[in-house]
Amino acid sequence: MAARHIEHVELSGHIIDSLLLPKVLDAIMTRGAAYEIEEFRIGKRQDDPSYARIAVRADSADVLEQVLAEIHPHGAVPVHTADCKAVAADVAGAFPDGFYCTTNFRTQVRLRGEWVEVEDQEMDCGIAIDPEGGAARCVPMAGTKAGDRIVVGRAGIRVFPVEGTEKKHDLFEFMTSAVSSEKPKAVSVREIAQAMRRTRAAGEKVLAVLGPAVVHTGGGELVAQLVRDGFLNVLFAGNALATHDIEQAFYGTSLGVSLEKGLPTAEGHEHHLRTINTVRRVGGIRKAIETGRLTSGIMYECVTRNVPFVLAGSIRDDGPLPEVVTDALAAQDMMRRLIPGVGFCLMVATTLHSIAVGNLLPAWVKVACVDISPATVTKLMDRGSTQTVGIVSDAEPFLRALVGELEKAGRA
Amino acid sequence: MSPPRILMCPPDHYGIEYEINPWMNRSLGAVRELAFLQWRALHDELVSLGVAVETLAPQPGLPDLVFTANAGLVFKNRFLSSRFRYEVRARESPFFDAWFAANGFAVEHMPDTMFHEGAGDALFCGESLFAGYRTRSDAPAHQWVGRALGVRVLPVELVNTRFYHLDTCFCPLAPGEAIYFPEAFDAYGRKVLSNHVPKLIPVTEDEANRFGCNAVVVGKAVVHNSRCPRLAADLTAAGYRSIEVELDEFLKAGGSAKCLTLRLDGEEAAGWKQGERQEDGRHEPAEYR
Repeated sequence: MAARHIEHVELSGHIIDSLLLPKVLDAIMTRGAAYEIEEFRIGKRQDDPSYARIAVRADSADVLEQVLAEIHPHGAVPVHTADCKAVAADVAGAFPDGFYCTTNFRTQVRLRGEWVEVEDQEMDCGIAIDPEGGAARCVPMAGTKAGDRIVVGRAGIRVFPVEGTEKKHDLFEFMTSAVSSEKPKAVSVREIAQAMRRTRAAGEKVLAVLGPAVVHTGGGELVAQLVRDGFLNVLFAGNALATHDIEQAFYGTSLGVSLEKGLPTAEGHEHHLRTINTVRRVGGIRKAIETGRLTSGIMYECVTRNVPFVLAGSIRDDGPLPEVVTDALAAQDMMRRLIPGVGFCLMVATTLHSIAVGNLLPAWVKVACVDISPATVTKLMDRGSTQTVGIVSDAEPFLRALVGELEKAGRA
Repeated sequence: MSPPRILMCPPDHYGIEYEINPWMNRSLGAVRELAFLQWRALHDELVSLGVAVETLAPQPGLPDLVFTANAGLVFKNRFLSSRFRYEVRARESPFFDAWFAANGFAVEHMPDTMFHEGAGDALFCGESLFAGYRTRSDAPAHQWVGRALGVRVLPVELVNTRFYHLDTCFCPLAPGEAIYFPEAFDAYGRKVLSNHVPKLIPVTEDEANRFGCNAVVVGKAVVHNSRCPRLAADLTAAGYRSIEVELDEFLKAGGSAKCLTLRLDGEEAAGWKQGERQEDGRHEPAEYR
């Protein structure tokens, strides 16, 4: 079957001796696309440049896009260079057909001959052009209104390589290989502590994304201390983290297990439900603090220290706590609003929230992902959050080491 | 014959003020006094080799102005001014342009849609201009330069971001002869180099990480960073004189001997320079295969 998706690119200069032409053709075939050299002029002498105009054909738009993205750095550029093209969204909550799909890398679009930085960089979005035609920003599909001008095609768009941001994961350069439980933890923890201090010194925010195992493993107080010491400045979590944190404050248990003794307590299985019920009865976490009912823990520290948080709901939530945002799109938007200014992100013991937040972060925000399961970290990286450094560890031992490292530096 | 001419810029304002390559780390700032001593040692070594060293006035707020290799590309009396990838370095260009204009060069600019970082990414070896791309310079920019100068340009992809400029992993010694770090290139790049440079001397990973490839060639002398014993031995065996100058304060910014210098009268290995040397003006045969 003839491939339906086609794009014409041209390659010129010394493309034969430099092996750029075979390199581009190999890349096209390796990706499962096909090429046809429509025009080819070979330089007669070694100083003369050559020229090739190549039609790239693929069975799917995706493959074509991948091929074009791969051959572009070698100098194979679309034949037509022009401003980016935008068309009005015809359906609310959806992009026009052929929309440009964003990455988490720094991107510019050409508007009236000028390259304009795309704001709110986020992967898997579209790019909306403002009505005056002078600015562009990433927008999620669901937020599109009919009439919004959305960028389509590939023309007039350039994506910047990661080198500038590469440095940020070179902080952990010794472990840029795939995640493994075999890595020396102390070094990783020291590097993360340094990154957090540097972020704070630069006036940027550290974002924490936490799962309930932080509390189950006894790390709640350590996180509370990080909030008190100003090392965590924004919190994203779910109903469970907040519930078990408050359960610990009320009953000294997490999912009914005593955090002191490590043993299940009598009727302990009811504690988390009684906790949620108590908080719902007073009208929320903030109210529980105002009324003197809640006096310790992660949520207590966040509220009393004005550390903003988003608790995003999920299908299996009990309750949930009144602050939990059960509309997933609304939760995404609340998280998006808190991301500008974030310079470092620490994800501990959560797969769902880590991937959700990874999707929202631009590639230049460093991420440390700590999980007992290596699969969580690999999943995050496989979904495009390549700026991630992974540490395979249980939550509490990692947090204890991190707090120790930060305290050590504080004294120095 | 007139002496070799090299442009350098004293490190009065050198420091690690931003991070634009994997070597830079603001928390490990360079020690300015030590940098000055090391820069002075390189300067004096070049002078003792008979080089006429020209100096560019340092400028506050431009810490990387010391790396004159990135100013642009010199071809005879033409100076193709760089288009830097990062704004922090693009601010250097007016100072380089002014110096070259004042010193009799025709200053030229390439289209502002391209990135090209001068002699850091474009090195003549014989008649060909070897050109590194992806990390800093663009492949199309190199092709543009090839057309502008009427020379064969051979773009090779730099696949290891630690070796972000071609001059960090490849150094022509003479037409048809160069040192290089093989792992900085992919299979295509290695093939291009071996096809067009008959005598390639590989540098070990340890010594490449010491920026052994970032060397200055003056006649048969090769000045490079200290503690590269294997490279020194290989150069000696190839008939060169290895001269080590410790430049570790500059390694912290991802630079060494070559980055700190810009040859003004053409590198030793440049074919066009060989041609100019011949009094009757004839060019040497182009093929070195």
